Parts: sequence; structure tokens; C-alpha cells
Amino acid sequence: MSLRVLVGVKRVIDYNVKIAVRGDKSWVETANVKHSVNPFDEIAIEAAVQAKEAKLVGEVIAVSCGPPKAQESLRTALAMGADRAIHVEIPDGSEKTLEPLAVAKLFKKIAQDEKMLAGLLNWPQGTFASKIDLNAGDKSLVVTREIDGGLETIKTALPAVVTADLRLNTPRFATLPNIMKAKKEAHQEVHARRPSASTCRRASRFSRSRSRPSARVVAVSPTSTS
Amino acid sequence: MMPLASTIAAAATRRAAAAAVPSVARRAMATAIGPAKFVKFDWEDALSLNGCLTEEERSVMESARSYCQEKLMPRVLMANRHEKFDREIMSEMGELGLLGATIDGYGCAGVSSVAYGLIAREVERVDSGYRSAMSVQSSLVMYPIYAYGTEAQREKYLPKLASGELVGCFGLTEPNHGSDPAGMETVAEKQADGSFVLRGAKTWITNSPIADVFVVWAKCKWDNQIRGFILEKGMKGLDAPKIEGKFSLRASVTGMIMMDDVAGLKGPFGCLNNARFGIAWGALGAAEFCLATARDYTLNRRQFGTPLAAFQIPQKKMADALTEISIGLQACLQVGRLKDEGKLAVEQISIIKRNSCGKALAIARECRDMLGGNGIADEYHIIRHVMNLEAVNTYEGTHDVHALIVGRGITGIPAFETKKID
Repeated sequence: MSLRVLVGVKRVIDYNVKIAVRGDKSWVETANVKHSVNPFDEIAIEAAVQAKEAKLVGEVIAVSCGPPKAQESLRTALAMGADRAIHVEIPDGSEKTLEPLAVAKLFKKIAQDEKMLAGLLNWPQGTFASKIDLNAGDKSLVVTREIDGGLETIKTALPAVVTADLRLNTPRFATLPNIMKAKKEAHQEVHARRPSASTCRRASRFSRSRSRPSARVVAVSPTSTS
Repeated sequence: MMPLASTIAAAATRRAAAAAVPSVARRAMATAIGPAKFVKFDWEDALSLNGCLTEEERSVMESARSYCQEKLMPRVLMANRHEKFDREIMSEMGELGLLGATIDGYGCAGVSSVAYGLIAREVERVDSGYRSAMSVQSSLVMYPIYAYGTEAQREKYLPKLASGELVGCFGLTEPNHGSDPAGMETVAEKQADGSFVLRGAKTWITNSPIADVFVVWAKCKWDNQIRGFILEKGMKGLDAPKIEGKFSLRASVTGMIMMDDVAGLKGPFGCLNNARFGIAWGALGAAEFCLATARDYTLNRRQFGTPLAAFQIPQKKMADALTEISIGLQACLQVGRLKDEGKLAVEQISIIKRNSCGKALAIARECRDMLGGNGIADEYHIIRHVMNLEAVNTYEGTHDVHALIVGRGITGIPAFETKKID
């Protein structure tokens, strides 16, 4: 079975916009404000699509957890080359209360539903990736990470979680024919069940939760300083 | 003027009528009663054009904007200064699907007319010369071949024109015939074997010095009708010298087409209105850039201890510019929708082309003025738009000629000709 990549995509306020707080201090001003795909998500999609074009990966699946408008971001992902899109729809306005832990659990469920092997916990991770080398043959990943001290290169087994940093690549423009094709593609809608209290609340019991296992690394190369 | 008593009585009648409305509707109306709710004003989209677009039109606009700002804007300063055309932009635009975008099939995207207008606006926000090259390829070369050519001609030319592998040009204007194309002197003659031969000269032809495909208009000697013919680069007797020393559209390459008994392939090409539609949108894109630059400059430039934007006259100039741009774009949107519904009248195109170009030129000049001395430096870009919009106001039908088209539409009387004077 060929490798598959699940890419998280989020519709956020455009990075060029000056953020304004709402008059009633309840949230930031979002009405009539320009939104776009999080630039780091675009970099992640680009990395996944490049891996697919190099035939290292068989399928790229874009996922977004958000209100109905999140579909726009999924269409951008499709237009850039993702094969499928999954929209976990939450009611309009409730995105403020969607906490990172809840999103992680949603991703875990999707990974399990997509039968991406073991599920999210117990997977190694390579974060702040500025370079990724995927070896489909022996199912390993070499990730160069940008850390405070410079660059760190780690090697992990697959499956793994990777987060993209700014210098990983330059995302492609969505071409017009692909935009038109993405419009016609149906995407899968998944509605988050009425979230249980634990997914909604902040992870207030953080200290008591099981400590996350460290990345299962096969080899670590010495830190190189920039 | 209604006397006060009857106004009050009328209001009472209206209230009674409102009360008679069924409760469901009344609940909907109830939210309309009460203090009005406002949203935050966005000077970059003053009349909320974005809200009138479909999702894919917005995506097309975003994609075009990203490409133009990232890839075209960095080149334009030097391209304009040294009168150099970057031919690679045709291939880049082709790769993105920006060429012939409204065509269905043949490697094209098949987007709406409004989407095409949005593309033109983004390209011209950078430079009118770049948008000229894009419009000529899309509306004046690809569209006629698509609409009027044979299937063989479509298969042969359209995919390569769409990708930018081939560059096309459109030859209508002559040295002695600009506003009156019907008086053209280029002729086409039928040969004994049924082929055609063209003789004459065209001028002010965007892309001609580098074009691979030429769509040329000639008066057919056998019946005096004007038809379009396809010529290809390298044909015997065909020459396309460059026009040097232009002080407008310098980033685009313009030339003549000299035909000395060139063998042409006839297409029964009819009349065209597509390019003007794109220009109407494009000119406003240029105006938007000028306003944004002037706003930025006046917010930062201080004289007498105060930013220029705090003074009344610059604010009035910017308000006038914003008003014309916003209203002009809404008119372009309406015409775009009518065009896609097949409900277009040609006079409507004249209205928006004339309005957008005339207003954009005036806005560019005012914005140049707001930058003071710095406004004449090409590094601030506005002077380049001022120069370009002189040509844009003139080509594809001058400001005055479009007025006559609309005037004929209003009065029914064509006012194009006067008594011939020898």
C-alpha cells in the first residue's frame, strides 16, 4: 500500500490584515475581513503535492475543521493538487471554542477512519521542518528542523507527523483550470458529533495527562549550527 | 411638495398596512426596524465587489493577484524603463491558465466573463502593457479562432496559444485608418487556385514583432467586405518591424505588419467586442494601484509637521478617486453578468470602456500630482500608469468615438461622418 499524506488546512484572517478587536471585546473582527489559507498550510500542501509528483506518496488528503466557509480553503488545496478533501463541519461561530486538543482528536479519528495505521498517539514527529527527505522504500523520513540553535536533522520511521516551517518550499499558484476542476469535485463532509465536554474545554488537566512518548527515532545526526 | 398633514396621514396608512402583514413576514421586518447595523468600511473594496462574486471567481482573482504581485511587479520597473518586453510572461500566464481563460476546452479554463475581467484588473494593476499582451492573446487572437475558425484551426492554434508557446497578434489599425477601420487599404485577393493573398500595412500592433500567429483584417477585393485572415511567422512577404520610442505601454512590444503578397488562410471572422470588456476592468485596476500608492505616500510624507493625508485637498482627491473606481467596477460587474447571460448590447461595452479609461486616466494624473516631485520618478510607478493610460484611453476605440456609439444608441442618429472635404 502506497504512502498517504493527511494535510491540515485552516481558513484564517489574511496575514496582511491589521487585526482589530471587536467592540464588545468578545473576539476579533472577522466580518468583511479578508481570509485566506494559513500560509504554513499552503507550504504543507505544496510539500505533500511535490512528494506525490515525485511518486513517493500515493494520495494527498486535505482536512479542515471549521465552519461552512472552510470549504474555500479545501478547494484551494484541491486546486493545488490534493486528491481529496474532508471537511469536519462545526457550526458557524463555534470556531472560537474549538481547542487544539479537540482538533488533534478529530485528526486522530480521521486517521483511524482512513486506516492510516496506528493512529495519532505514539507517532514520532518532525516539527518546524525546513527540509524533508522521504524514503518510501524503507519507510523512513529524514527531517531537517529549524530550532533555536540552528538546524537539527532527525530520522524517523513512518507513519509520522510533520509540521511545515517557512523555508520548506514556495507554494505554487492554483492554476485556473485546477480551480474550475476543484469547484466540481465533491468533498466528503463529516460533521463533528456534538463535542463532548472534554474536547471543548481547554486541556485544563494537562499536568495529569499521560506524558507524550518521545519521537521514535532511529538515528540522530549531530546538531549543525547555522 | 406634500403638505405635512398628508405626509403624516400617509405614514399612518403605511403603518396600518405593515400591521396587516402576516406575522412571519412581520418578524422578518421587525429585525429591519430599529437602529441600523453597520459593518466596517473597507476602502480597498468600497462597494463590496467581492461579495458579488462566486467562490471560483474569488479564487481566480486571488490566484491572478498573487501571480501578478509576485512575478510581474518585480519586473515592470526595468521593463518599462528600458522598453523591453519579457516574452517569458506569456508562458508563465499560460501555465496559470490566464490566457484565453473564458474558452471552454482546448486547454483553457472556461471561466466566466467576470472572472476574465478580474484577471485583466489584476494584470493591469501592475501594468497596462502586460494586460495589453494578455488581452490581445486572449480576446483578439484566441477568441476569434475559437468563435469563427474551423475545428482544424482551433485544434492547431488554441492549445499552443493557451500555453503561451505561441504568441498571437491582431492586425486591424493602419497608418491612415485608426478610428475608421472600414476605410482600410489592406486588400485580399483570391487566387486562381482558391487561395488568398494579402497586401498592405498595419501599425500599432501589440506583440507583432514577436508574434507566431497573425489575425489580420483585409478588405476582400471581390466583394469589398472586411474579413479576418490567419498568417504565420516566416511566411514569404510577411514582415513585422518593432516601433521604437514609445512613451506609453513600454513594457509591451508593439510593431507594424507589412504584407507584400502574403498567402493567408481565411477564417470568416466577424466583429469583436471582447477585448474592450477586459480593458474596462483593467483600467480600473490601474486606477486602484494609483490610489493605493497615493494613499500610502500621503500617509507617510510629512510637510509642515503633518502627514499630507491629514490635509483636506488630498482627502478630497482620494475620495473622488475611490468613488469613481467603485462605481466603475460595479458597472463592469453588471455588464459582465449580462454578457454571460447573453443579454449584452454593444453600447454597454462602449459605456464602460469609455468610463473606465477616462476616469482612470484622470485618477492617475491626480495621484501623480499628490506625490509631488517624487511622482515623476518611475520608482513610484504612478507616472508609468499615467503614460500607459494615455494609450489605453485611445486604443480599442477612442474616448470620443465611444461617445458617438453611445450617442447613436441614445438618439438613433449616427454622428460618425461629416461631409467629405477634399
